[in-house]
Amino acid sequence: MERDDVIEYSLETHHSEEHGKKIRKKIYIVTFLLSAITALEVFVGIKWPMLSVSAGAWTAIKWGYIVLTLVKAAYIVLVFMHLGDEKLELRRLILFPYIIFAIYLMYILLFEGTAVNGVWMR
Amino acid sequence: MAGHASLNIDTTPSWKGQVSPFKTSYGKMMMWFFLVSDALTFSGLLIAYGFIRHAYTGQWPIGEEVFQSLPFLGHGYPLIYVALMTFLLIISSVTMVLAVEAGHRMDRKGVTKWMFWTIIGGFFFLGSQAWEWSHFIHGSELGRVQLSDGSLAYVHGHGPEIKSLEIIKSGSHYKEGKTVEHHALHYYNDAIEAGKLSSAGTIQLSDGALAKVNFSKEAHIDELYIREAGGKFTFGQKIEGKEAQALYMDAATSGKAERIVFGANMQRNEYGPKQYAQFFFFITGFHGFHVFSGVVINIIIFFGVLRGVYHKRGHYEMVEKTGLYWHFVDLVWVFVFTFFYLV
Repeated sequence: MERDDVIEYSLETHHSEEHGKKIRKKIYIVTFLLSAITALEVFVGIKWPMLSVSAGAWTAIKWGYIVLTLVKAAYIVLVFMHLGDEKLELRRLILFPYIIFAIYLMYILLFEGTAVNGVWMR
Repeated sequence: MAGHASLNIDTTPSWKGQVSPFKTSYGKMMMWFFLVSDALTFSGLLIAYGFIRHAYTGQWPIGEEVFQSLPFLGHGYPLIYVALMTFLLIISSVTMVLAVEAGHRMDRKGVTKWMFWTIIGGFFFLGSQAWEWSHFIHGSELGRVQLSDGSLAYVHGHGPEIKSLEIIKSGSHYKEGKTVEHHALHYYNDAIEAGKLSSAGTIQLSDGALAKVNFSKEAHIDELYIREAGGKFTFGQKIEGKEAQALYMDAATSGKAERIVFGANMQRNEYGPKQYAQFFFFITGFHGFHVFSGVVINIIIFFGVLRGVYHKRGHYEMVEKTGLYWHFVDLVWVFVFTFFYLV
C-alpha cells in the first residue's frame, strides 16, 4: 500500500550493482580496521597492565587508548552510519553540539573529580 | 519495476513546501536528532563515572584484574571475554551495514539474510552480557581480602571445594545431625563474609546453626596483590606463598564482617569502591537495554522486510534508520569498553 501521508525518500537511496561492490569493499576494510584496533587494545591491556608500568608510561598508554577509541568511533559514525556521505551542514549540525557539550562537561567534571580527590587525600 | 518509483519523486515539496535543507528525509534526520540526545545521555553517564573515578584515584579497580574469566575455561584470561563481546558487536554492526547496502540495490534476499544475522548477533551479545553480569555479581573464588593493617588485596589462587556441611548445633532451620550438600560452598562463603568462620574451622550459618565443614579440597592462596595500601603493605605489592595463606586465613577467621568480600551488589563489592559496581550496573545495564530495544526494533523491521513492505514502497530507508540506531549501540559500546575495561 502506498502511503501519501509521509514523504520518505533520500536522494542517495539507490546505487548500482557495481557501485555496491566498491561500498562492500570499503565495509570489509573498515571491519578489518576496527577488529585490528580492538585486538591491539586488548593485547596492550594484557601485556602492560596499569601496575606493571611506570606512571608516565601508563599515561601514554591511556592516551593511546583514547585516541584509538576516537578513531574507532570516527569509522563507525562516518562509514557505517554514512554520516561522511551526508551534507556538510548536517554533519556539523549533528557533531558540533555534541562535541561542544561533551568536552565542556568532561573538562569541568574531571578537574573537579581530581580536586575532590586532593581534598580527601589531605 | 515497482522498486524504482521513488527515484522520480519530485524533491521540491518534500518538506511541505520547501526543499529539504539537508538533502535528507525527515525520518532519518529525526533519528539523528534522537541519537545526538541519546549520545549526550551516555556522555553524561560516562563523564559522571570519570568524576567519581578521578575522586577515587588509587582505589579504583583495574580492569585486567576484575574481568578475567571465560565460560568453561575459568580464571586467568584478562579482558578476553569482553574483547569477544566487542568483536561480536562490531560484526553485527557490519552485517547491519551490509543489509543497508543490499537495500540500496533493492536486493530483498540480501537484506533478509544480513538482517537475520544482525539479530542473531544481538541475541548473542545480550547472552554474553547476562553471563558477564552473573559473573560480576558472584565474584571470584577467593574474593578480596582486607588485611590486618587495613590494606585491601586481590587474591590469586584456588578456592575451596566443599563436600558437605555437618550441622553440629541446631539453628532455627537446620537441625543437629543433618548434612547439607546443596549450596554448601555458597553458605561457606557467606559465613566467611559475615565473619562467622571460627579458627577451629566451624562456621555459623545465617539461621544460627553451627556446622563442621568437610572439604574435598582446601583453599590454596598463591598470591595477594595489594590494590589499596594500608599501614604496612604498599600499593602494587605482591605477597606470596605461606605468608599470603596465613594473612588470608587470619582475615577469614577474624570474626569481623566483610574482611573478605565476594562478588558485588549495590552496597559493597570485592573489586573497589561501591560506586564502581553501581556504575557498572547502571552503564552496562543502560547499554544492554539499548541493545535489547535494538534487537526488538530489528525484529519488527525484519518482518517488514519478509513481508515485502519496503520493497513495495520502493526503498529500504526503514532498514537504514534502524541501522543508524544499531550502529549507535555499537558506538556506545566502544566507549564503554575503553573507559570501563581498558583505562
